[in-house]
Amino acid sequence: MRLTLTGNQANAWGVKLSRVQVVAAYPITPQTTIVEELAEFAANGQLDTQYIKVESEHSAMAACIAAENTGVRTYTASSSHGIALMHEMLHWAVGARLPIVMGAVNRAIGPPWNIWADHTDTISQRDTGWMQFYVESNQEVLDTIIQAYKVAESRDVLLPAMAIEDAFILSHTVERVEIPDQELVDEFLPPYNPPDYLNVDDPKGFGSLVMPDWYMEFRYIIARAQEAARKRIREVTKEYAEIFGRDYHGLVEEYRTEDADVVMVGAGTMVSTARDVIDKLRSEGHKIGLLKIRVFRPFPYEEFQDIAKRVDVIGVMDRSFTFGYGGAMFSEVKGAIYNTDARPKIKNYLIGIGGRDVTPKMLEDTFRNALRVKDHGLDREMMWVDLKGGE
Amino acid sequence: MRDKPYEIRTWKDLPYATLTEVPSTFNNTGTWRTVRPIIDYDKCISCMTCWKFCPDVAISIVPNKKEGARFDEIPEIDYFFCKGCGICAHECPVNAIDIVEEESK
Amino acid sequence: MIEIRFHGRGGQGAVIASKILADAAAREDKDVQAFPFFGVERRGAPVTAFTKIDVKPIRNKAQIYEPDYVVVLDVSLLKLVDVAKGLKDGGWALLNTHKKPEDFRDQIKKGKLATVDATNIAIENRLGSKTSPIVNTAILGALVKISNVVSIDTLVESVLEKSPVKKEENAKAAKEAYEKTLILED
Repeated sequence: MRLTLTGNQANAWGVKLSRVQVVAAYPITPQTTIVEELAEFAANGQLDTQYIKVESEHSAMAACIAAENTGVRTYTASSSHGIALMHEMLHWAVGARLPIVMGAVNRAIGPPWNIWADHTDTISQRDTGWMQFYVESNQEVLDTIIQAYKVAESRDVLLPAMAIEDAFILSHTVERVEIPDQELVDEFLPPYNPPDYLNVDDPKGFGSLVMPDWYMEFRYIIARAQEAARKRIREVTKEYAEIFGRDYHGLVEEYRTEDADVVMVGAGTMVSTARDVIDKLRSEGHKIGLLKIRVFRPFPYEEFQDIAKRVDVIGVMDRSFTFGYGGAMFSEVKGAIYNTDARPKIKNYLIGIGGRDVTPKMLEDTFRNALRVKDHGLDREMMWVDLKGGE
Repeated sequence: MRDKPYEIRTWKDLPYATLTEVPSTFNNTGTWRTVRPIIDYDKCISCMTCWKFCPDVAISIVPNKKEGARFDEIPEIDYFFCKGCGICAHECPVNAIDIVEEESK
Repeated sequence: MIEIRFHGRGGQGAVIASKILADAAAREDKDVQAFPFFGVERRGAPVTAFTKIDVKPIRNKAQIYEPDYVVVLDVSLLKLVDVAKGLKDGGWALLNTHKKPEDFRDQIKKGKLATVDATNIAIENRLGSKTSPIVNTAILGALVKISNVVSIDTLVESVLEKSPVKKEENAKAAKEAYEKTLILED
């Protein structure tokens, strides 16, 4: 079945197909229409779920945590300040090893007040341990929700995951979306089978105190789960491609990187537009390719260490600025490569911040800038693209 | 339910999350006691005030096995858990609970 | 790729129009994208919405800066917004008005012009109220007339399915506008 759906509707369809048993969410633009759609699915009987109305995003995550602890599949969705308010409970979901899935609709953090696409809200949760999938189309939103549950619920992973879509550019944009058969999804994603859950016939304590002599070991166990997730994401993506015919290539996707001297790195919808721009520059004979960060957590360090060996310049585009040394994606890409023998030049482009429309022209200028780095060396490490008045 | 605590030597012995499969009844808090409450059952009127006040639920109500006793049920202190806080003695309306020093062995 | 930009005011249905058109094109197996530019609009504030239609997958996620068609749901916007901005050479401007296309040649100097009295068609079909008629389905009928981006039959199918209320009236409005569109080719 093929429908024309907004990204938020596609998100809700992913939740419906995953047979989520508890939904708890608080509305915030631009996420609201996801939960409106789910409320409708629940009300008209298309989705057999308990829909919990809560008084804040913090409560939404707390409700998901409690529900997930009883052994059911749960979902929430949020954006921007809502995700920020969840922060404490995001940590809890990871420490308690609860494979909750969240639809996160990227929106800038205020002030200045701004409701448009910007990755700061999710990027600033990168240290919580949530897996993060950044998507570029409404189809990928739907497919990623289903895949995220499969990865998250794997016994060697048991970590929560965010399926992340750009505000408006996906959330409120209609595109064609192929709806997978429910039977095939059921086969791919069997009911959640938790190793432990709140059960009066087999009582256990959850979330107890751990002294300094063992806390570190629990953090190490989570670090190992992140490693397991890396492997699992590759497997699950491949399995999904075999069944449903759409391949998202694991943690990163390379586009026209064969014999490339320059590779541009990005996440979210800018990647989609960038494909057109890469094609144009390729047709002019430039050896330039694209690497899409689909999964930012766990961080695809092996993939970056590999591409670093093959190219002269890596241009990293961040749709957020986190006030460190360059954007977060830039810092991590650079960090992953530093102790290898590869020495590509790495330049940071801060682009599309606060919903600034990332146009083909803007991307073309950026890519040509990176091509100049190949010929003339690195002029500076960071560049604010389309900054009025210049730096 | 496990019948004994984990034997943990390395992170490999830990569960994936902080799951406690043994109840707190394994915690022998009686070792924290420096003084010991003792109930004088000749004075005790079986009002169960001590049972109500014990903050550690270390006092149970048990059947009175003594022949011809005034009361069918009496309070009993479980010294495996009793921390010797003395609240029971303080609350007893008929001063039926003595506090004595713990022996050195 | 065919790119259509809608200009309306909050409440007139420009956003829904962009989506219905995308739905119709998808029925004809085209790839589509439709989205609003969400500002801080409330009822009456200027609204922009976009539809892209192509035979191959659409990857460009940016807004439309060089439209093939601009559709103006309310000509009083001409005072506020440069609706023809970026209009491609040979592109079209379609206006909701009871006037003739040539009456707007001095305001919209480039491209081809078409007009349709969508307001009157909407009122006659009891869509919205007399003071704020919902003109989006009517103007889509006119857009199909000048553009052939989809067939009128496919448009009517989408209107029937996607109109939240008064499905038949909306379909009738689209068909009437299709017949009553006035065209000025220069």
